[in-house]
Amino acid sequence: MIAHAIFFYVFSIIAVVSAIMVTVSKNTVHSVFFLILDFISISCLFIMIGAEFLGMIMLIVYVGAVAVLFLFVVMMLNVAQQKNQWFVSKDSSRHIPIGLLISVIIFFELIIVIGGWKYKPDLFNSAKSSLENGVSNTHSLGQVLYTDYIHVFQISGMILLIAMIGAIVLTFRQREGVKKQSYLKQISRERTEGVEVLEVASNKGVKIDD
Amino acid sequence: MIDISLGHYLTLGAVIFSIGIIGIFLNRKNIIVILMSIELILLAVNINLVSFSIYLGDLSGQVFTLFILTVAAAEAAIGLAIIVVYFRNSGTIRVEEIDKLKG
Repeated sequence: MIAHAIFFYVFSIIAVVSAIMVTVSKNTVHSVFFLILDFISISCLFIMIGAEFLGMIMLIVYVGAVAVLFLFVVMMLNVAQQKNQWFVSKDSSRHIPIGLLISVIIFFELIIVIGGWKYKPDLFNSAKSSLENGVSNTHSLGQVLYTDYIHVFQISGMILLIAMIGAIVLTFRQREGVKKQSYLKQISRERTEGVEVLEVASNKGVKIDD
Repeated sequence: MIDISLGHYLTLGAVIFSIGIIGIFLNRKNIIVILMSIELILLAVNINLVSFSIYLGDLSGQVFTLFILTVAAAEAAIGLAIIVVYFRNSGTIRVEEIDKLKG
């Protein structure tokens, strides 16, 4: 119990501090690094309370794919160079107090909703009972995911496919001056446009304009 | 204080959610940080779903967390692609300089 409390506080403090650092750090690359730290500590929390499959998936998907994608784009666009002055123009800093107000209101609303309930003190009992049956979290998740939620699962696969196609279509561009092989052109060539028979006068030569 | 109950996890989710919203409003830098704030918000929602799923002993929460992960990955890919195209066209992704829709 004590260990659970200690680990919870350590991981959640790391998560909250790194989430703050994501928003306030001036360098975008540092923001991405703190985002990675945030995801790692939250996935440690997930593993700790018994959702180990989701913790591992978060590590793979977020730290392995999404964060690297962010880093890639940040470095490709070279935005770390434009040195992010805070609140450059007066015009833009106008929105900041109202934004802070709204987010503080949202936070207190959430706290009111959370604080209005009484929770049973132990979070772990139900998680332990599933482990004692000899069925791991991954196994039971798979049993639910491929039977009850199979259609939703396939739709999420379609969403990923469409996202992939959309990203490719958005960023694809035809470059000027790049020579490519065109099969259609090669196949549909005919003899008349490829070969020309010339009468060459002697001592004159031929001028070929191509 | 020592007994970690569901309320602690929900509070952690609420804190991270609010930090994400503050990040969207406060951000005067580039759009990529706004996308990262959206990822933070989705992460907070995931914390809520997983802790409720453990608390109730019901796996539906974890299944939906999986779908949220899918949608978040798709959203990050599309958003970053749009940002790349915008940067290629206009040369900047600073938030205050993106005002083409103002007319």
